[in-house]
Amino acid sequence: MIVVVKTLVHLAAALPLLWLYYGAVNDTIGADPVERVIHFTGIGALNILLISLAITPLAKRFKKPVLLKFRRLLGLWVFTYALFHLLNFLFFELQFDWRLFVDEVIDRPYITVGMFAFAILLPLAVTSWSKIKRKMGKSWQQLHNWVYIAAVAIWVHFYWSIKSDIYEPGLYAVGLIWLLTLRKDRISRWLFKRK
Amino acid sequence: TQQALNYQKAPATDELLTPEAKVTSHNNFYEFGLDKSDPARNSQGLKVKPWQLTVSGEVSKPITLDYDDLFKKFPLEERIYRLRCVEAWSMVVPWVGFSLADLIKQAAPTSKAKYVAFETLYDPEQMPGQRSRRIGGGIDYPYVEGLRLDEAMNPLTMLSVGLYGKTLPPQNGAPIRLVVPWKYGFKSIKSIVSIKLVEKMPPTTWNILAPNEYGFYANVNPDVSHPRWSQASERRITTGGLFARNRIATLPFNGYGEEVAHLYKNMDLARYY
Repeated sequence: MIVVVKTLVHLAAALPLLWLYYGAVNDTIGADPVERVIHFTGIGALNILLISLAITPLAKRFKKPVLLKFRRLLGLWVFTYALFHLLNFLFFELQFDWRLFVDEVIDRPYITVGMFAFAILLPLAVTSWSKIKRKMGKSWQQLHNWVYIAAVAIWVHFYWSIKSDIYEPGLYAVGLIWLLTLRKDRISRWLFKRK
Repeated sequence: TQQALNYQKAPATDELLTPEAKVTSHNNFYEFGLDKSDPARNSQGLKVKPWQLTVSGEVSKPITLDYDDLFKKFPLEERIYRLRCVEAWSMVVPWVGFSLADLIKQAAPTSKAKYVAFETLYDPEQMPGQRSRRIGGGIDYPYVEGLRLDEAMNPLTMLSVGLYGKTLPPQNGAPIRLVVPWKYGFKSIKSIVSIKLVEKMPPTTWNILAPNEYGFYANVNPDVSHPRWSQASERRITTGGLFARNRIATLPFNGYGEEVAHLYKNMDLARYY
């Protein structure tokens, strides 16, 4: 049963990407496929991240520990979308202009923050294997607490990238703050201990 | 629905035009929504007949044009212009229209006229972005823009009533819009109802919203970055999908320096961006 549901989740995450790139390559998804793939993967990463952050509170609230089995899988899809987002920017927006890429990462705060978030997601994805997790022991959780900081950084990156709308990032802010508030004790303990 | 226009064809150009389907489906017209595809979807009901465009203010002969006048008052000609958006994408569009200077001359500006202020239609019933701050991106409407009088009188500055040989579709600013090809696209205000000659520099919408990001002049300038992104290069939207290698260098004044650079001599363009 779990395998079936997991397969469905994988499909739900993978099929939109296939559809997206198929349309983008064939120039059938709007006038500017580059902008389209960047926005789709970026907001997709944030959406999946919020869903994954909702899992633990939902599992507790409804006493369904089976839900916890979906956290890693969703987390890896967050990373996948974020990776595509970054590669879209480098390949299709900047078209391999490496100098411009370095300049943009350094000069543009919203891109700096985005890269910072990606730099957090990367080790989280790499350490998601059960074997590595076991080897890391307690430090695994310490490391993975950084997802909260990544989530805030991703939101800032999103908000900063927008020309004038505040409504949509506002909705995301409400969702994110709510999800973080649910774990405020855990987060403050972690941040406090780190000093 | 769009009507065919009578106009003088533009001379052939070696620049690759942006396909009509893209020109009419990728629009920033926040009165109809924030997504580039929103205006084409949400604006089709826009009523352009009847229409009134007034030329007023510091003029000795105020003018009011109705819908038919827009197409009859001046001979129409096609002009193929590059359009550079402040968001660092660009298009090449065959506009149809006439010089703004012709209209302004008819109104006979007084000696006090130093600037030209433009205003878009304000009609919240027809424009969902004006009804709702959520849809309209938190902008105070009506959308307003402005030019210095000498910029307005430059032969490149155009009032467009059509593209690709037909009347403008609503998402591109029907029935009449400004086109100032050496400035970022947001200067080229759409669906204009008022042109007013004034003595002082008029307020402009994006400048009000974020003065550190959008100046009054908004001349295309690869050397002055937007605070959040570089303006040194742009992506030219034509055809080819995701793998179109369409990033090109941005030129000062969008490549129209020969025609307009003299307007800004002795001005610090990093300060007057």
